[in-house]
Amino acid sequence: MKKLKTILFYFALAVSALLFVYPFYWMLMGSFAPENEIGSLTFLPNSVTLSSYSQMLDKIPIGGAFINSIIVASSITIGVLIFGSMIGYALSKLQFRGRDLIFYIIIFTMTLPFQITLIPQYIIMVKLGWIDTYLALIVPYLINALSIIMFRQYFKSIPDSLIDAARIDGCNEMQIIFRILWPNSLPAIITIGIITFMASWNEVLWPLIVIRDESLMTMPQLVTLFAVGGRAESQLGVKLASAVMLALPIVVAYLFFQKYFIQSMASAGIKE
Amino acid sequence: MINRKKILPYLLVSPYILHFLLFVSFPVAFSIILTFHKWNIISPMEYSGISNYIQLFNDKTFFKSIGNTLIFLVIHIPLQITIALFLAEILNQKIKLRGVFRGAFFLPVIVSGVVVTILWQQLYGFDTGLLNRIFTGIGLDKIGWLIDPKIAMPSIALMATWKNVGLYIVLFLVGLQTVPPQFYEAADLEGASHLQKFFKITLPMINPTIFMVVILSTIGGFSLFIEPYIMTGGGPLNSTVSAVLYIYKQGFFYYHMGYAATLGLFFALIILAVVVIQKKFIETEN
Repeated sequence: MKKLKTILFYFALAVSALLFVYPFYWMLMGSFAPENEIGSLTFLPNSVTLSSYSQMLDKIPIGGAFINSIIVASSITIGVLIFGSMIGYALSKLQFRGRDLIFYIIIFTMTLPFQITLIPQYIIMVKLGWIDTYLALIVPYLINALSIIMFRQYFKSIPDSLIDAARIDGCNEMQIIFRILWPNSLPAIITIGIITFMASWNEVLWPLIVIRDESLMTMPQLVTLFAVGGRAESQLGVKLASAVMLALPIVVAYLFFQKYFIQSMASAGIKE
Repeated sequence: MINRKKILPYLLVSPYILHFLLFVSFPVAFSIILTFHKWNIISPMEYSGISNYIQLFNDKTFFKSIGNTLIFLVIHIPLQITIALFLAEILNQKIKLRGVFRGAFFLPVIVSGVVVTILWQQLYGFDTGLLNRIFTGIGLDKIGWLIDPKIAMPSIALMATWKNVGLYIVLFLVGLQTVPPQFYEAADLEGASHLQKFFKITLPMINPTIFMVVILSTIGGFSLFIEPYIMTGGGPLNSTVSAVLYIYKQGFFYYHMGYAATLGLFFALIILAVVVIQKKFIETEN
């Protein structure tokens, strides 16, 4: 009786887990199925074809968009880590007038809804001449309030004696941040790195607003416009193929670093 | 030397100050100015008094979009909390393969909302969508997931729940781990049932996590955009126009910059009010 209960329990758990995985499996199979089979596809298509992929590659520059996304997400991540640690260091380890004021401003800006700044930020991009450039995609995201707060908090746990010792050894402040604090803050760097990269990789509203030139579009933007515009010609297969291409890089990274992804996103959620 | 030491902290925080001036404080101030103007970006800005505000208060579609966003939240948040709490409670037991199950529930969280929306658009298809095929297969009627104005927004809320619930399972798991095991041991000695333990111990102890989840998903829900943009374009009959989608259309489809800024400001104030009320409520509860 107890054994039967255990089996039923695991069966129910497996079914609920499948509810979250099976749709992705269906999407993958759908992208390889001939167009006329997608409407009846459940597990395996009767025949496999790459025609959805080749048609999609003819219609949109998905490879270029992949490279754009890599450039944008990597630049933002590197910028957020460098600026976040500089500012976090000043706020946690240095004494100066206005320090608390800056800290409260950062906290306050975190609660400011983006809906209020969306339109004026677009106008700033127009006035700076940044529309249809990488600058519009990257520069506004280089500073991130949450990452500053997380660095500040983490650096506070590092003893001052370590920093004083480095200073006596002749380190300047930049060397202290990048040679002394960074190697001692790997968990914070991994967490901030993953959430920043994920957020910029998946961002789509802002690119839709500031990029019109197809050769500069990021992957989610290009796939979005492909799916809503007329170019997929209401063919389901090519839409699914473009969605698979968009999902693939992150899913592959997730399979290797699952633990880090889950921990990072959970701790970011808690801090916010 | 002393001077350098005094200036240094300001040099370190200067990128933040620049960013704050250019991308936060100036936009906020400018958006308030914009609300008193009509502007399509190309021709010069034209002062228009409070006409944007008058237009806003007579704009049925805008209030419908706020209503739609609230419908989304009212369905999404309770559904998400119930499912996440249920699955987290199960994963918190001594079970085998916990990491595999957790990894499966978390998969939709890391995937772009664009992917999830394109995928569910197919699953929700009326004639050949997988869900309706299953429904007709077991003898039920087809459902107009995305074509029935009454059902379209709940369908989007269901999809969003499926996408986000993994994150909240993990947050609840963290919360459940803070409950001291002695509490359950004492309850076991008194012969408490599973349900009693859940309602008398677990639920009160993880109250803070529940409130955190409510606030996080409220802010997330108020940003609803890409899902209706791809899935329905706001239809049928404007039943899935979210507030952000409507602001986007006014700004970047019609180029009504002044009016879109007015909508953005008004909507941001609503968001702040809701979040402040939620936080006040939480403080008095605890």
